[in-house]
Amino acid sequence: MKNWLRTLGIFAIVAYCLAPFYWMVVSSLRRPADQFSNALVPAPPSSDNFAAAFDPNNGFARALLNSLVVAGVTTSLVLAIAIMTGYAIARLDFRGKGFVLGMVIATSMFPGITLLVPLLRVFTELSWINTYQAMIAPSLSFALPLAVWNLTTFFRQMPYELEEAAVVDGCTPGQAFRKVILPLAAPGVFTTAILAFIATWNEFIIAVSVVNRQDMKTANVIVATFTGQYRFDQPFGTQMAAGVVVTIPLVLMVLFFQRRIVEGLTAGGVK
Amino acid sequence: MSTETRARPPAAHRRPGRLGRAEPKASDRRRAGVGRLAAVLLSPTLITLGLVVGYPVVEALRLSLTVTDQHINQETGLIERTGQLGFDNYTGLFRGESGARFLNALWNTTSFALATGTLVTVLGVLMALVMHRAFRGRGLFRAAVLIPWAIPTAISALLWRWIFSTDGIANDILNTQILWTTEGFQAWLSVVIADTWKTAPFIGLLVLAGLQVIPAEVYEAAKVDGSSPWHTFWKITLPLVKPALVVAVLFRLLDLLRMFDLPFVLVGRGKRSVETLSMLAWDDMQNLRFGPAAAYAVVLFAYTAVVAYLFIRVLGADVVGRGMEGKR
Repeated sequence: MKNWLRTLGIFAIVAYCLAPFYWMVVSSLRRPADQFSNALVPAPPSSDNFAAAFDPNNGFARALLNSLVVAGVTTSLVLAIAIMTGYAIARLDFRGKGFVLGMVIATSMFPGITLLVPLLRVFTELSWINTYQAMIAPSLSFALPLAVWNLTTFFRQMPYELEEAAVVDGCTPGQAFRKVILPLAAPGVFTTAILAFIATWNEFIIAVSVVNRQDMKTANVIVATFTGQYRFDQPFGTQMAAGVVVTIPLVLMVLFFQRRIVEGLTAGGVK
Repeated sequence: MSTETRARPPAAHRRPGRLGRAEPKASDRRRAGVGRLAAVLLSPTLITLGLVVGYPVVEALRLSLTVTDQHINQETGLIERTGQLGFDNYTGLFRGESGARFLNALWNTTSFALATGTLVTVLGVLMALVMHRAFRGRGLFRAAVLIPWAIPTAISALLWRWIFSTDGIANDILNTQILWTTEGFQAWLSVVIADTWKTAPFIGLLVLAGLQVIPAEVYEAAKVDGSSPWHTFWKITLPLVKPALVVAVLFRLLDLLRMFDLPFVLVGRGKRSVETLSMLAWDDMQNLRFGPAAAYAVVLFAYTAVVAYLFIRVLGADVVGRGMEGKR
C-alpha cells in the first residue's frame, strides 16, 4: 500500500473512533442555552451541564458509588476464584480438563436474559430486589468465565521450569503457586482485573432489571433515565455530561493500560 | 503476542515433576493427589457457575414449560394461580398478536446480527490491514481505537440518540430532517450504525493480532512469485488470519443476538422496528409474565447455541484456543 494512503487510512480510523466521543465531550461543555448549536467548539465553554448532572435530585453521585461497589466487588470476587481455577486448568494435569474449560467458555456465550428471567423470580423470593448482591451475583456469570479464560492463558505462558525448580528446592505445589507463580503472574492478574472491571462497569440489563429504587441504580441506568426540567424534554446536555463522567475512568484505564488491555483481549481469540 | 505452540521437551526427556506431568508408570498416588488439588481449585468456579448459570438455564426451561392459569376459587372467592406443564408458552410464539411480535423480534434479532456482523467484519479487516505494520506500536493510536469499545453501551446509545436527534449533528451534516429514533427503517439503521461504530475497531484489533503473527517471509515469498496485492490478500492473508477472525466474529455475533442495551436506550422499549428477542423477553419479565418470557429466553438460548455450534463445526472456530495448549 502506498504510504500516503496508509497515513490517510490511519487518520480515517482515528476520526472514526474519536469523532462521536468528541461530540459527547463538546456537547457536555456547551451552555444549556447553546445545546442545539452544532459548532465544533463550545463557545463559551461552560460547566453548567456537569453541575446539572450532579444535581442532588438526579442521584448521580450515589449511582456512581453504586457502580463502583458492584464493579469492584464483582471484580475482586471473580479474581479470587478465577486465579485458582486458571492455575489448575493451565498447570495441573487432570482428567476432564478440556471439558471444564469448554464449559466455562460456553457459559460466557449464554444470553444474559436467559439467566435473568429465572433469577429475577428467585431474587424476588429472597427479597434481594434493590440490593447489591442482586446485581453482583448475575454479573459473575459473564465476569467469571472472562477471568478464568484470561488467567488460564497467562498462566500457560509461564515456563514450567519455574515450578519445577521451586519443587526441587522443596516447595509443595501449593507453595510453588503462592511464592513463585503468583508474583510473576501479577501483570496477568492486573489485566484480568481491568477487563473484568470494565465489563461489569458497563453492564446494563441486570442493573435495569433487579433494581427499581432510585438510590440503588447504577450510573448507566440512572443516566439513561435522567428526566429534564420539563418531563418530555430529554436533557441531552446533562446526559452527555454524565456520560463523560461515567466514561472518564474507562478512558483513563485505556490510556494507561492500552497495551495490556489489547493483550488480554486478544489472548483468547488468537491461537 | 507469541502464538507458536510453546516448545517444550517431549515428555520422555523430562524430569518427572511433582505437578502431575509424570510418566504413565509413575505413582498413581501422586496422580490422585493432583486430581484432588485440581478439584479443590476448580470447585469455587464450578459451584458459582452452577448457581448463576446452570441453575437459571434449567429453571428457564422449566418456567417456559409451565402454564400459569388464573381463576377464582369458587369456595374462598380468592384469585388462585395454578401452574401445570404444557407447551402453551411455545405455541403462543406462533399464534395471534404475541406470535406476530415474536416473529418480528426474531427477524430484528437476525437482521441486526447479519447486517452489523457483516459490516463490522469488513470494516474490522480493513482497519486491521491499515493498522498493520504502519502503526504497530503507537500507544496513543491504540488507545484511540479502544475508546469506542470502552464506552458503556448504554452511554454510547445516549450519545447516538443525541447525534441522531431531530436537530442533531447527523441531520445537520446530511442536510436532512430524518426522525431517526422513531419507528421505521431509519431507527433500525441507527442501531446498526451505532453498533458498527462501537465494535468494528475492536474486531480490527483482534484481526490485527492475527495479522501480526503471519511471518514476513510468507509475504516476501508471495512477492517473489509475482503475486498481486489483491491476490496475496485473498490467498495468503485471509486464510492465515481466518482462525482469529472466525473466533472474533463468532463472539460478536453472539453479542449481537442478545442485543438489548443499544436499541433499548437509543430508540426505546416496545418499538417494533428495533425490538429484539432479549427486549421482548425483558418486557414480559417486567410484566411478571414469566412463562412467555422464559419461552423467548429459551428460544434465544437455542438460537445462540445453534450459531455457536455451526461456527465451531462448519467454520472450525477454535474457541478454546490457547487455553488448551499442551493438553495431553
